[in-house]
Amino acid sequence: MNQPKINTSPKVSDEVKKTTCYMCACRCGINVHLKDGRVAYIEGNRDHPINKGVLCAKGSAGIMQVNAPSRLRAPLKRVGPRGSGEFEEISWEEALSLATSWLKPLRETAPEKLAFFTGRDQSQSFTGWWAQNFGTPNFAAHGGFCSVNMAAAGIYTMGGAFWEFGSPDWDHAKLFLLFGVAEDHDSNPIKMGMGKLKARGARVVSVNPVRTGYNAVADDWFAITPGSDGLLVLSLIHLLLKAGKIDLDFLAHFTNAPVLLDSDPKSPTHGLFLRDPEGRPQVIDRRTGKLAPWDGEGVEPDLSATHRAAGITHRPVFHALAERYLSEDYAPEAVAQRTGIAASQIRALAGEIARCAFDEAVTINREWTDFRGVTRQTMIGRPVAMHAMRGVSAHSNGFQTARAIHLLQSLIGAVETPGSMRFKPPYPKPATAHPKPHCKVTPGQPLNGPHLGYPQSPADLCLTPEGTPARIDKAYTWENPLSAHGLMHMVISNAHAGDPYKIDTLFLYMANMSWNSSMNTSGVMQMLSDTDENGDYVIPRIIYSDAYSSEMVAYADLVLPDTTYLERHDCISLLDRPISEPGGAADAIRYPVIQPDRDVRGFQSVLLDLGARLGLPAMVKADGSPKFADYADYIVNHERKPGIGPLHGFRMGENGVQHGRGAPNAAQIDEYIKKGGFHVSHIPDGAAYFKPWNRAYQDWAVHIGLYDKPDPYLIQLWVEPLRHFQLAAEGVGAHQPPEHLRARIKTTLDPLPVWYPPFLDEAVDPEEFPIHALTQRPMAMYHSWGTQNAWLRQIHGHNPLFVPTALWEEHGFKDGDWARVTSPHGEIVVPAVNMAALNSHTVWTWNAIGKRKGAWALAEDAPEATKGFLLNHLIHELLPPKGDGLRWSNSDPVTGQAAWFDLRVKIARADAPPESQPNHPAQKSPVGQGPANLAWQVRK
Amino acid sequence: MTQLPAKTERKLGLVIDLDTCVGCHACVVSCKGWNTENYGAPLADTDAYGGNPVGTFLNRVHSYEVTTPEAPPRLVHFPKSCLHCEDAPCVTVCPTGASYKRVEDGIVLVNESACIGCGLCAWACPYGARELDAVEKVMKKCTLCVDRIYNENLPEEDRTPACVRTCPAGARHFGDFADPDSNVSRLTAERGGVDLMPEQGTKPTNKYLPPRPRDALREEVDVLAPFLAPVAETPTGFLGWLDRTLSKLPGGPN
Amino acid sequence: MHPAKSIIAFTTLSGLGFGLLFWLGSGLADFTGWVGFTFHVIGLGLASAGLLASTLHLGHPERALRAFTQWRTSWLSREGLAAVGALTAMGLHTLTVLNGTPITALGFLGAALSFATVFTTSMIYAQLKTVPRWHTWATPALFMALSLGGGALLAAQTQIAAPLLAAAAALQLLWWMKGDQAFRQSATTLATATRLGPGQVRAFEPPHTGTNYLMQEMVYRVGRRHARRLRILALALGYGLPLALLMLPMGHMAALVAVLSHLLGILASRWLFFAEAEHVVGLYYGRPQ
Ligand SMILES: Nc1nc2c(c(=O)[nH]1)N[C@H]1C(S)=C(S)[C@@H](COP(=O)(O)OP(=O)(O)OC[C@H]3O[C@@H](n4cnc5c(=O)[nH]c(N)nc54)[C@H](O)[C@@H]3O)O[C@H]1N2
Ligand SMILES: Nc1nc2c(c(=O)[nH]1)N[C@H]1C(S)=C(S)[C@@H](COP(=O)(O)OP(=O)(O)OC[C@H]3O[C@@H](n4cnc5c(=O)[nH]c(N)nc54)[C@H](O)[C@@H]3O)O[C@H]1N2
Ligand code: SF4
Ligand code: SF4
Ligand code: SF4
Ligand code: SF4
Ligand code: SF4
Ligand SMILES: [Mo]
Repeated sequence: MNQPKINTSPKVSDEVKKTTCYMCACRCGINVHLKDGRVAYIEGNRDHPINKGVLCAKGSAGIMQVNAPSRLRAPLKRVGPRGSGEFEEISWEEALSLATSWLKPLRETAPEKLAFFTGRDQSQSFTGWWAQNFGTPNFAAHGGFCSVNMAAAGIYTMGGAFWEFGSPDWDHAKLFLLFGVAEDHDSNPIKMGMGKLKARGARVVSVNPVRTGYNAVADDWFAITPGSDGLLVLSLIHLLLKAGKIDLDFLAHFTNAPVLLDSDPKSPTHGLFLRDPEGRPQVIDRRTGKLAPWDGEGVEPDLSATHRAAGITHRPVFHALAERYLSEDYAPEAVAQRTGIAASQIRALAGEIARCAFDEAVTINREWTDFRGVTRQTMIGRPVAMHAMRGVSAHSNGFQTARAIHLLQSLIGAVETPGSMRFKPPYPKPATAHPKPHCKVTPGQPLNGPHLGYPQSPADLCLTPEGTPARIDKAYTWENPLSAHGLMHMVISNAHAGDPYKIDTLFLYMANMSWNSSMNTSGVMQMLSDTDENGDYVIPRIIYSDAYSSEMVAYADLVLPDTTYLERHDCISLLDRPISEPGGAADAIRYPVIQPDRDVRGFQSVLLDLGARLGLPAMVKADGSPKFADYADYIVNHERKPGIGPLHGFRMGENGVQHGRGAPNAAQIDEYIKKGGFHVSHIPDGAAYFKPWNRAYQDWAVHIGLYDKPDPYLIQLWVEPLRHFQLAAEGVGAHQPPEHLRARIKTTLDPLPVWYPPFLDEAVDPEEFPIHALTQRPMAMYHSWGTQNAWLRQIHGHNPLFVPTALWEEHGFKDGDWARVTSPHGEIVVPAVNMAALNSHTVWTWNAIGKRKGAWALAEDAPEATKGFLLNHLIHELLPPKGDGLRWSNSDPVTGQAAWFDLRVKIARADAPPESQPNHPAQKSPVGQGPANLAWQVRK
Repeated sequence: MTQLPAKTERKLGLVIDLDTCVGCHACVVSCKGWNTENYGAPLADTDAYGGNPVGTFLNRVHSYEVTTPEAPPRLVHFPKSCLHCEDAPCVTVCPTGASYKRVEDGIVLVNESACIGCGLCAWACPYGARELDAVEKVMKKCTLCVDRIYNENLPEEDRTPACVRTCPAGARHFGDFADPDSNVSRLTAERGGVDLMPEQGTKPTNKYLPPRPRDALREEVDVLAPFLAPVAETPTGFLGWLDRTLSKLPGGPN
Repeated sequence: MHPAKSIIAFTTLSGLGFGLLFWLGSGLADFTGWVGFTFHVIGLGLASAGLLASTLHLGHPERALRAFTQWRTSWLSREGLAAVGALTAMGLHTLTVLNGTPITALGFLGAALSFATVFTTSMIYAQLKTVPRWHTWATPALFMALSLGGGALLAAQTQIAAPLLAAAAALQLLWWMKGDQAFRQSATTLATATRLGPGQVRAFEPPHTGTNYLMQEMVYRVGRRHARRLRILALALGYGLPLALLMLPMGHMAALVAVLSHLLGILASRWLFFAEAEHVVGLYYGRPQ
């Protein structure tokens, strides 16, 4: 046989540059193969701590993103009406002078009239610093509509969260419980972890109304009815407590279960901790039977002993806890109906948790010393790992549900122990170690401190002296006191309503707020283009930075075009949302691996330029000239505190280069580039587990600059700050909530996890709207950006509504039918598809596939616009009126997290309209349209 | 050329683990990225930004629902590329000899410069593993990354197909089925790997590992019941149990 | 399968052409001089028009010569060789006919090769296990009967044409009946395609929301009512009317009508041949089993 001779060793590329992916927020390491200076192929970086060589569909499609026809070409000034997409291209000088002329007067007179909100940009420590220097209190990123429930519940409870800061111990877990996750931010690590569990034959249990993706490979599926996870978890807690299958040693030493509570209902400090004069919470030391501070040397906290002082009985938190959850209200039979999970199934799961935690405990023979100075010979772990994300957090009971999960983890000793969930540096870090929110405005001056933080009591709210909200998004008010990430989803509607006040300039960065990131999308489009009686826009000015021709671009007055991720410097910093893994602190950079072929600039550099033009103190030298040449200069030379900068690797010490703390090093970025674009400081073995309590870890964290001093803490099963708010609602203290919120605060800001029905359930008639409607992240698409990607849009070019078989048959649907979906707020008509592996009261669709006509440089007949749709049209940022004259926000009452998944609808068969409804008129494309055919090859 | 070799020295192919595949499409896009740039002509996309985008892909991920009366419905993600069949009908039908099965490793390839684009091989393949490129007008198929697996310009560990290297869940395995000790042979034996459409007589090289049994945690199994035996029925009883248990633990007064 | 116009034209026209050439070469339709020449040219014209159409269907017609190389395994290659052989032999035969010195052996060779060409064409389809409707002995039988019957009709060989067309009609009906069961009776199902189960397997999400080459080429869908109407049309025009006309004393006009009617009917039948054929790959894309 004479086979053709083929070259099996072709040259792959001229050059490989290692940088960080930006096709999503997971931030994997990539090898960018270049030929003739053009991107020819992208693969995962094997050395990278996050992805270890693998790459997801989006990451591999990066080449189509960089070459997308939708890329903006130059700064744009609006010439048509808002929303039309009519622009003229202008120079950077003109753009920046214009922005300066708008912003300078605001800063000098009323800095709060600038609202600066950013999307998932991964440089929040930088953008926040800029906003703080500008002096506006109105800054936040996307966390408020994303998953602040997860973050806040985790940080207030465990000093760390699932969301970005925690990870299952994939190598030791034997049972993995996954609540409400379709994709997660940790996209690749979760997939790799699932692969590891599968390879070891560990059991994966999914709690999710929908069985796709991770949930499809899970060994067991709990088809929960949305919004009821809290009940399921509290029932598991009930069963485990009742059976005594709890880790008493862990509870006593590492949680506040033994901390003494004022248990006298008549006392003004009822429910607060008994503290010594230094303010330290008190426990009873089993060695002496006497009071002792929680962290006293050698103290053996007693989980059961009570203490009476000054006529008041103090009981350990554990008593309150046992009392509450042993109640038959949480018996499996009592929750089966509401959760949709059979009592037998709940028992089986509780039994399996108990078996794994206690019969299959993992013991690592490694000595370690805890913060009380007690040395232990082994590390005993409960190999039950849990993870949860937006399925839990995007409900109005999400904060407390997440807390319930953390309580479950803590009860069985499954936090930071081998086989359970581990923190990623800079976490663990308790709420008390975070700043409090700041909102004091002084014209012409920086804000009095960082915007976002963790309030400890009502005194920390962001209210004006008159008691009105200080922030445009009403974060940190009685409506949502612990809104640690702000409420980006309320900014436009509040600014439009002038409530709490009017603003002048809305400055958005990387958030598609006129489309998929807003609730009530059509309404928001209207608000953005509404005019007042003088014909002026109600929101006078909108500046926006995007890299592509998105839906939001059409609503901006001034567009600052960004580069793509392969053309700029970025910093994935430990000060922000780093790329650490449980075994090490890691940060990374991006750097220009190719040069932009158009008149675009990295937004961070533009922001520094703008800051200098505005004369912001941290951005100019004494002579008024710019302090930083560009963002790269900032990354290297900015110091947050002496010795601490955006990057922790390759800093300058007395004896040369060192990691962690150190002076700026001019060669720092080059060092990162040489080392593959990232730096990891590995945690020593003896410090790898029990981090919050492990002296070795605490010392290490101080050494590399994560903490200034060791800061051990207890897991807060009882969250005292919540009790402070509850007490206020009960009428105690100087800071009092408005009357209409008292009752709600009392029930929802419970210091122990509670479950209450999602707010929309109460606000609408469940008979009329019996169906839950959800979205899921498609693994191969990132929100709206994926659509402009010629490869990815073929995978998800439109999205059907998936209807459970029972409803499908009940309504007489046939293949190819369309459905009319109606919520209390609106209606959509969309293609429908039958699905069996779905909770029978739930419909769902892929998120953010539907597009506005004309956006993203697509043809107007693109399926994204003609068949695709957004569920967002059905969701309102406010709950339906209750008749009390108030409009309650569709958010979690604790954190303000947008309650996307509380949505309730009814469905019916519908005649197929020509296009999915609602249908918005096309926006003009400022960049034209893409070519017809592609045959992509760079090969020489 | 379109005669099949009686025997190939090696039988290279993939094992695809349906128990683990999360359906992320990473393998699909990585395959597209590698293969549009390397062996053969680029993989075209027509109407790429228009109303009907259609592109050539060498690997696609389907999903199927499996329902039984007894158990909850299941969903299975199902990646599919060329199976590099031993009795490859796509090869024997080819009039030009462009399609062939390599003697040394059993990889089924298209010699694009000889392909007339008649499409018959795609008709002959039961699996939908061949796609005629709309712009280049030649037949495209999975090459098993023949330009990677022997590529001396790649580090040793990267000499594996692009889809295997990228699969985040580790659901794809590459190896030599002729070697009974290879990773793929062992996995196939251990996990009961199967052929797709065995009745078509194509003798696929690639094997699929079926999903493991699911949903055992539905009844409280006897072995689990003891774990939930109550220590007390009331909160007071529970605190009594707590005191008793604590007093047995070390750390208290001596 | 996608009913590509070029392939339908090719199989129909060349079938007819080679059928005619068969009768001319075999000497059973014995025309001489200009008449013989004209018949030959018609036969050659139809056969080569068909071939040309099929060549244009190729992605790279400029490489068509390569298609002659793989006759050991490939029916398509064999078809090419047979067709070229048949055309060459019959081309030469034409000259000899024009010359008034027909060489019988050459004619026989041409006839045999013409016969072989149609057979190889039919085997291209019949060999495909992937298309159960085609994968039957009845496919070559039908193709042959049609080619010979149509050829005879064209050659005005009424006595031969009538029984052959009747046989073809019977085969056509049989083929449809068999064909309508074929997919279900084949061993291939979504369960064997995926090896999932036990239980009911259903295609959930396709790999891409849009279409692709496979779906366009292999997963063509034709409405049942439309198909039924076309079948009746094919029967009536392809077989019924010509047979009826054959029963009558044939004038030239009647003959022309019979031939055209036959051609139209067979085009319809051939359209259905493709459009109704289900490829097993459709299972992966959720086509009903
Ligand atoms: N129905 C429903 N709606 C939801 C959700 C849901 O689950 N269901 N999820 C919510 C959540 S959690 C989130 S986080 C939001 C996300 O919503 P968005 O943050 O609005 O998401 P994207 O579509 O990613 O939009 C970000 C914008 O950034 C632009 N961009 C991309 N790359 C760059 C760049 O390099 N530089 C600049 N300057 N811009 C760039 C994109 O073009 C796009 O316009 O959606 C929310 N909306
Ligand atoms: N590929 C890709 N990756 C992404 C993104 C993307 O757009 N594409 N977006 C990124 C962003 S911004 C975010 S915030 C994360 C979010 O990542 P995920 O948290 O995975 O977000 P969702 O896709 O919204 O998934 C929510 C899941 O919760 C389920 N669910 C809904 N309600 C309930 C409930 O009441 N109980 C339970 N148990 N489950 C429920 C839904 O069925 C769904 O599976 O993903 C990030 N990663
Ligand atoms: S998960 Fe995918 S898109 Fe996100 S950073 Fe990693 S490779 Fe890029
Ligand atoms: S899978 Fe299809 S293309 Fe691949 S060898 Fe088998 S028959 Fe040929
Ligand atoms: S399309 Fe190309 S490879 Fe396929 S059978 Fe025809 S010539 Fe051979
Ligand atoms: S082996 Fe290579 S060509 Fe084949 S599917 Fe995988 S990546 Fe594609
Ligand atoms: S990359 Fe792996 S997990 Fe993802 S679809 Fe492909 S085989 Fe499945
Ligand atoms: Mo998000």
